[in-house]
Amino acid sequence: MARTLIKSPASAQRGEVIEIHTTIGHEMETGFRPGDDGKILPRNIITHFSCHYNNTLVFESALYSAMAANPYIAFHAVATVSGTLRLEWTGDHGFRHIENVVLQVL
Amino acid sequence: MKLGLRCLAALALLALHMGPGQTAELLPTPPQAASPNRRSGAEFMSPALQAMQRDEALNPGMLWVKQGHDLWQSTPGPNSSPAKANASTRSCASCHVDATSTMRGVAARYPAFDAASQRPVNLAQRINLCRVNQQQSPAWRSESPELLAMESYIAYQSRGLPIAPSSDARLQPFIEQGQQRYVQRMGQLNLSCAQCHDERAGLRLGGNLIPQAHPTAYPVYRLEWQGVGSLQRRLRNCMSGVRSQPSAYGAQELVALELYLAAQTRGMALESPGMRP
Repeated sequence: MARTLIKSPASAQRGEVIEIHTTIGHEMETGFRPGDDGKILPRNIITHFSCHYNNTLVFESALYSAMAANPYIAFHAVATVSGTLRLEWTGDHGFRHIENVVLQVL
Repeated sequence: MKLGLRCLAALALLALHMGPGQTAELLPTPPQAASPNRRSGAEFMSPALQAMQRDEALNPGMLWVKQGHDLWQSTPGPNSSPAKANASTRSCASCHVDATSTMRGVAARYPAFDAASQRPVNLAQRINLCRVNQQQSPAWRSESPELLAMESYIAYQSRGLPIAPSSDARLQPFIEQGQQRYVQRMGQLNLSCAQCHDERAGLRLGGNLIPQAHPTAYPVYRLEWQGVGSLQRRLRNCMSGVRSQPSAYGAQELVALELYLAAQTRGMALESPGMRP
């Protein structure tokens, strides 16, 4: 079970640009490094991050081996109606993590 | 790796400038608990990193704190010790209840004297003593994710409190041991802790700023490590930097050094979980 840190406003004015900060605990093993036994460690990274605002895709990002561990992704969105931001991380070996953030539009 | 090599090269240069003849200036100095010039390493960081450390929704060390919170409530489980299933059903919370009150200020006074073994133990060792003796479970490995998470969670309960080492008189000989270790030259580069962290604090080693010896933020999330590490990891880092044989994790001399550093840091605010570049 992955752990996340999310910073997002609980409420915003209609039309306001809000900033969402996300951090997820993940080793982001590059697939290029040798382990203690000298063999290359298999790649284990998050490959994709997306944010759906009331089921509409508003932000997505592809991640690669060069990303550091515990990736921090921050982005902007325009608050239109009250609803849910669905944050989703997917990665190697079937990794999938979803967080829902409620946004109240005043 | 590149950075490490640069640091080594810079250390080597530093060592050349300090020949073996310059030992007279290195007599032990008493811990300067009230010195007004003490500065936490956080003050030398960029404003962006300082803000990240302050903000609990951005500080990645909080990932470890969250894991520690979960471990606090969970029992070690039957697989860890099948023969003693009874004791293994006890979680930290079973005895210590709510960490936000029972663990408040605890990390600020460690390392503390352990009467049973007649020696000082640091917070990680105390956690493992509790695990072995009270939970009848195997000790967590040094620097294991679980141990760092639990240490982070307990240290977090003292976030912002002044560091207040125990005034137990039985600790005094160990503090003196730590002080001797602090000023003792070691390794191929023949450098002591004090030569960098007292005499040259605030100057640069390669591209990096040399901080004063005030461990205020451990366990710390270092960007260089891409994870959380303990004070002992940091101390061992320095030891291999001056090309000496690093003491083993949990070694008595490392705990003594931690004690001396805590005495030097008395009164400064605990920043755990801290961030460093």
